Amino acid sequence: MSGGSYYVPDQSRFPIFMAVSLFLLVMGASSTINNLDDPNSNSVYILYFGLACLFLTMFFWFRQVIKEHLAGLDSNQLKQSYVYGMAWFIFSEVMFFAAFFGALFYVRALAVPWLAGEGSKGAAITAIELWPAFESTWPVITTPDQGTEFELAKKSMAWPGWENALKWLPLWNTIVLLSSSWTVHLAHLGLKKGNRKKFNAYLGVTVFLALIFVGLQALEYYEAYAHYGLTLNSGIYGSTFFMLTGFHGFHVMMGGFMLAIMLARSVFAGHFEQHDHFGFEAASWYWHFVDVVWLMLFIFVYIL
Amino acid sequence: MSAVIENHHDEHDHGPAKGLTRWLFTTNHKDIGTLYLWFSFAMFLIGGAMAMVIRAELFQPGMQIVEPEFYNQMITLHGLIMIFGGVMPAFVGLANWLVPMMIGAPDMALPRMNNLSFWILPFAFFILLSSLFMEGGAPNFGWTFYAPLSTTYAPPSVTFFIFSVHIMGASSIMGAINVVVTIMNMRAPGVTLMKMPLFVWSWLITAYLLIAVMPVLAGAVTMMLMDIHFGTSFFNAAGGGDPVLFQHIFWFFGHPEVYIMILPAFGIVSHIIETFSRKQLFGYSSMVWAMLSIAILSFVVWAHHMFTVGLPLAAEIFFMWATMLIAVPTGVKVFNWVATMFRGSLTFETPMLFAVAFVVLFTIGGLSGLMLAIVPADFQYHDTYFVVAHFHYVLVPGAIFSIMAAVYYWIPKWSGNMYDERLGKLHFWLSFIGVNVTFFPQHFIGLAGMPRRYPDYSLVFADWNMVSSVGAFLFGFSQLLFLFIVIKTVMGGKKATDRVWEGAKGLEWTVASPAPYHTFSSPPKID
Repeated sequence: MSGGSYYVPDQSRFPIFMAVSLFLLVMGASSTINNLDDPNSNSVYILYFGLACLFLTMFFWFRQVIKEHLAGLDSNQLKQSYVYGMAWFIFSEVMFFAAFFGALFYVRALAVPWLAGEGSKGAAITAIELWPAFESTWPVITTPDQGTEFELAKKSMAWPGWENALKWLPLWNTIVLLSSSWTVHLAHLGLKKGNRKKFNAYLGVTVFLALIFVGLQALEYYEAYAHYGLTLNSGIYGSTFFMLTGFHGFHVMMGGFMLAIMLARSVFAGHFEQHDHFGFEAASWYWHFVDVVWLMLFIFVYIL
Repeated sequence: MSAVIENHHDEHDHGPAKGLTRWLFTTNHKDIGTLYLWFSFAMFLIGGAMAMVIRAELFQPGMQIVEPEFYNQMITLHGLIMIFGGVMPAFVGLANWLVPMMIGAPDMALPRMNNLSFWILPFAFFILLSSLFMEGGAPNFGWTFYAPLSTTYAPPSVTFFIFSVHIMGASSIMGAINVVVTIMNMRAPGVTLMKMPLFVWSWLITAYLLIAVMPVLAGAVTMMLMDIHFGTSFFNAAGGGDPVLFQHIFWFFGHPEVYIMILPAFGIVSHIIETFSRKQLFGYSSMVWAMLSIAILSFVVWAHHMFTVGLPLAAEIFFMWATMLIAVPTGVKVFNWVATMFRGSLTFETPMLFAVAFVVLFTIGGLSGLMLAIVPADFQYHDTYFVVAHFHYVLVPGAIFSIMAAVYYWIPKWSGNMYDERLGKLHFWLSFIGVNVTFFPQHFIGLAGMPRRYPDYSLVFADWNMVSSVGAFLFGFSQLLFLFIVIKTVMGGKKATDRVWEGAKGLEWTVASPAPYHTFSSPPKID
């Protein structure tokens, strides 16, 4: 480093590969979605190809970063940059969910009551003229148009009352996800004490709980579609329900995948030291973040 | 593994790599800054060409040149390209070039991600521009893409638009995270927060805004995508949603977004005015606090874009007062610039001309903004050319003049050559006259009631529209002169000294001109 104390990386091919992969991915996604009705369309292969390129690039990019780290090339300053970078990335994710929660609050507090004629503005006239039969309730089971454009659900996912609480999947999902946040913390404590066996065991339990959560969520979606008639097409309740829980579930899958990679790194390659394990810590932060989002979902989407 | 280590040892203290790979694989903040700046220049010319189409059509009443459908595509793409392709990447380019040099850092904190943030952009805009050639044409719903115009009534290319916004957003978020981390973590010892140059401060705040609101935009376009293709009803009242919800989400992103496009300009202008006044900047800490206040207030004013949609009265009053409150910190900044110039040894080189014009013309735009903030008045002005005049005054002689000022001010440091002062001044005066002739008359036709976004208009607006178009052609073609000046400076010219400007302060002026490929290999000494 010729006497300097700063880290300056050399050229890298990964970023441009990643940009090309993203390009293929979004081109593929756009044309696939635009050609959903066309059985002869093969745009979806561009989408798959883009996804494969993205995963490969990320794999090799992260491998490079880990190698550099193990070779002792990372200065303390660079390690600190990763810490800040991850924190701000999680903040951006918080704001992404904020958009969907904002939509939920707006619809529940304002749009739906207005559509039912509350207030003195033009909305009241809309209600009387267009949809006089609509009544403001949450969950909105009967849409303002009484299901002419949308398919009405038979039942919602809301709190079923104490007598049915134990048969209610979201409660079990909450228990599973909260415990997994606790076990990932125990794994972290184990690592900090230099106890790799404890770390591997609790991290393994966490990944297992993540799988259970995704499984239960899949079961819930199956029930919603098959038995409740609750779909994306059921009006605003279905829209907010599936988008919020769906993006959360997607983030759980990403977080669980990250934790699984960390587990594999620890078990098969012996990575992570007692005082040097930010890769794992970042994944665990992310995991706590999806847990907090779930708590918000549990309160505002399911219970209230 | 040894290959990794070796790789890391040979590259240091070397110049740039040869050939095209220098630009494709680079992790150097100066290379990436240059890429960003040239990209934004290209987008500025493309978006400008679209503006020329618009003004050519509006030269006279009646339909002359384009179909109304194509006109709508032009206004949409003009807005999107100028905002996301012109102004924002130009500021990110300036941040790349300047922030590490100003804080004594060797490079950006996350150099590979830095390259990725840039290279996403050409692909994103390739997708956006290619929509012009798709069936049904390009997006035609205005840059604000209000539902249901952008959902129920949108052309099929809207899907491509949505995904291109997604990756643009990813690029912005990564770029912003990089800037924040660089500023938080890479300052040389002694560069405390309240000793940071104002451009660095302005970018710290801008980056925070970007990380906070770009994900909200991603959420908005995702809801659009779901409404269009997957049957949800976020923006459809028949299903219990609300088209006005779209406007709330969009402007929760959109209002901080307009400050994203002006805060770095505040930083640039503060540096330039300080230098050419040969005085200490007046009120440094109040400048910082003003920018922080503007950033915080930007989150609670969004609905002033929506006064006419039928908000509850209490909301209208709240958003009116919150909006007017922004005039206070903005006023602090304007008075500080004036106080800095007061009794200074002023000279008016090209950067200073642009900076002074910024202060005057941005203030005009700010004051028309205050008029628009008044709810009952806004009922009259809403969606007229008065609004068009307002936001073009803050964006063209505001944001864009500050970018041009920055280019003239720092290009000697970047290229090692002085620009041609005579041509620079000519470019300034042509732009200054062009911009005012274009946009000042739009206040009049707006107050007289001409609505925005129509390709045709009533005969009573004919005279001022013709004046406005003449101004637009003058402004537009003057930018080719700018292109010429920049190329001429990069190719050669009088050698610049290290300090370049007599009164220039800051670390970037202590290194050679042109700045070496790697600026600081060890932390510089700060007094």
